[in-house]
Amino acid sequence: MIETLILTSLVVAMAQNMVAIPDGDYRPLYMSKDSPQTQVRAFSIDVRPVTNQQYLLFIAANPRWKPQAIPQIFAEPQYLQHWGNKDKKSLPAKEQLNSPVINVSWFAAQAYCRSQDKRLPSVAEWERVASASETHADGSQEKSYHQRILEWYGLPSRKQLPEVGGNAPNYWGVQDLHGLIWEWTEDFNSALVSGESRGDSNIDQRLFCAAGAQGAADPSDYAAFMRFGFRSSLQAKFTLPNLGFRCASSKDQTNEKI
Amino acid sequence: MRIRQIKGTLWLLLLTGFFSLHAQAKNLVTEQATLSAPPMVPPPIDRDYSAKVVINLETREQVGSIADGVDYVFWSFGETVPGSFIRVRSGDEIEFHLSNHPSSKMPHNIDLHAVTGPGGGAVSSFTAPGHTSTFSFTALNPGLYIYHCATAPVGMHIANGMYGLILVEPEGGLPRVDREYYVVQGDFYTKGEYGEAGLQPFDMEKAIDEDADYVVFNGSVGSTTNENSLTANVGETVRLFVGNGGPNLISSFHVIGEIFDTVYVEGGSLKNHNVQTTLIPAGGAAIVEFKVDVPGTFIIVDHSIFRAFNKGALAMLNVQGPENQALYSGKQDDNVYLPEGSAIQTLDDDYIVATAKTKEDQIRFGQRVYEANCLACHQAKGEGIHSAFPPLAKSDYLNANPLLGVDAILKGLSGPIKVNGISHDGVMPAMRLSDHDIANVITFVLNSWDNQGGQIFAAEVANRRH
Repeated sequence: MIETLILTSLVVAMAQNMVAIPDGDYRPLYMSKDSPQTQVRAFSIDVRPVTNQQYLLFIAANPRWKPQAIPQIFAEPQYLQHWGNKDKKSLPAKEQLNSPVINVSWFAAQAYCRSQDKRLPSVAEWERVASASETHADGSQEKSYHQRILEWYGLPSRKQLPEVGGNAPNYWGVQDLHGLIWEWTEDFNSALVSGESRGDSNIDQRLFCAAGAQGAADPSDYAAFMRFGFRSSLQAKFTLPNLGFRCASSKDQTNEKI
Repeated sequence: MRIRQIKGTLWLLLLTGFFSLHAQAKNLVTEQATLSAPPMVPPPIDRDYSAKVVINLETREQVGSIADGVDYVFWSFGETVPGSFIRVRSGDEIEFHLSNHPSSKMPHNIDLHAVTGPGGGAVSSFTAPGHTSTFSFTALNPGLYIYHCATAPVGMHIANGMYGLILVEPEGGLPRVDREYYVVQGDFYTKGEYGEAGLQPFDMEKAIDEDADYVVFNGSVGSTTNENSLTANVGETVRLFVGNGGPNLISSFHVIGEIFDTVYVEGGSLKNHNVQTTLIPAGGAAIVEFKVDVPGTFIIVDHSIFRAFNKGALAMLNVQGPENQALYSGKQDDNVYLPEGSAIQTLDDDYIVATAKTKEDQIRFGQRVYEANCLACHQAKGEGIHSAFPPLAKSDYLNANPLLGVDAILKGLSGPIKVNGISHDGVMPAMRLSDHDIANVITFVLNSWDNQGGQIFAAEVANRRH
């Protein structure tokens, strides 16, 4: 009953605003300064992370992604655990509705995006958008940019996450890329498995000590190191308390509907 | 971070297989490691065979106090900074379980310098929030080793407190001592300056510049002072397991008023004797041993001394017991321990000095001079220290002739003098102060603490210089 109520009243919420990002370049952190930039083709990305409310709507329409139904290989037992367990029905509390959905696996995030003819953004796409400050496409030109991002990592986790949209839009008009949650990307573990950008380093080196800084484009970009470090620790079935997602799409995208 | 009491008591689990030990070399006895929070150390290992030791350690991101009124988000091993002390024996096979608390934002891992293998365990223990990694290694080399988190960016993980010590005891163990303690130095970089109140975030720029706001023992200013001091009794032997987590600074480890009888240099097998200060590199350790012969408070410092007095690198060892006048008389020479120099150094001559225009100005300026140069010995209310540093309050010596005070500052004063009926036999070094500063400070003293008042002028001071 509550479910239908929320459903009917919130169909509007489903329509997630997106912004278009033009063709552009991005230099991955682990490339050397002289290496050619990676081209990122035009795409669109959600302005805000997906909320509990939007995710609830998704699983109502796709019951196989309910916590009770999801196969273990697609998500760990902590899947959506922050919704609690009321009468064997997992539902977000009212005050959680506009907070970002967390405790979702890569599989679940990808399924959500596909249900809307979208997909998860790639690491390159995410990093290209996220490297903008409020006023510059390249935020690192602003002195306080890295420090502000780092401050979030330096704060303890909060039980109740704030609502989405609390951070000022960046240069592209996208919000909450920093300072709220980590976000899934389509190829989150490619920093470990792609061969072309390794140079003389090997697969292990990004994981420990200073070796990861060797040949990095900007060794002072601690925030980016953390994101790459964080992504490297993930497996697709992981469901973590600070990890959510947003969706992206491109024109020539062909997605199989789930 | 304030220290918690020892976490988990000793629980040795001797499992089956003990009695068939002789039959199969691989069939090791399994035991749960005893871990301890700083400054305590787990008990010595008293078995004479190798065992399989299971270690469970948790990484956590939590708010703690780095100084009075100053909070910091520490990242820790076992909820303390430094992390839990691990004690194993050379030849032990260690099964390590690293758990990252679900509330963590960051993945973490552990690089134990006691591990022989790539990354020191870092790759095998790389753990996302809410997960546990397991890996095993054999402790091949005896010694005292740092362990730390090595997840990128490694500097930030260490700067937030992710380090601790693992002791690999040699076969036969270390010689028995009466007291063992665990002390680790670390440097911290906060957005606000030293002492600025509130929750302070990590400052990346300062960390890269190696410009530390805090240099502390065991995770906070005052972690090991006053009621939290280390303790010992006269006649006991004390062993300190000392580490330096860094991330940047090298420690000149020194205990004021003690000489290390033995130092296991860099935590290894080389023993040096009769050492005053031992150098501990970032990511390194040392074992120091000494016998405490006289009572009192022994100050443990990083003898890069501004770190001790301005950044927090100070701990205390409180020794109780009877005095031994033959070893230490208690009233000679401690007044000349002035490692920073005898007075504030003068700058080039061509700067503009604000000069006092009135007697009130002189008193005001003089108070500043007093607090910077005189207060340490003559004390805040001019009361001095009995029989060592004469009182300036209600001082018959000074009031009789204030110019004697000027002379003492200009030329120094040593040998016995009688002040207010008590003989003082100490040494006051000459102070490098300007005529104005000296005139002001004497005027300040004459008009404070029940002295008779009066005024001294810079010209009078100039006259006394020759």
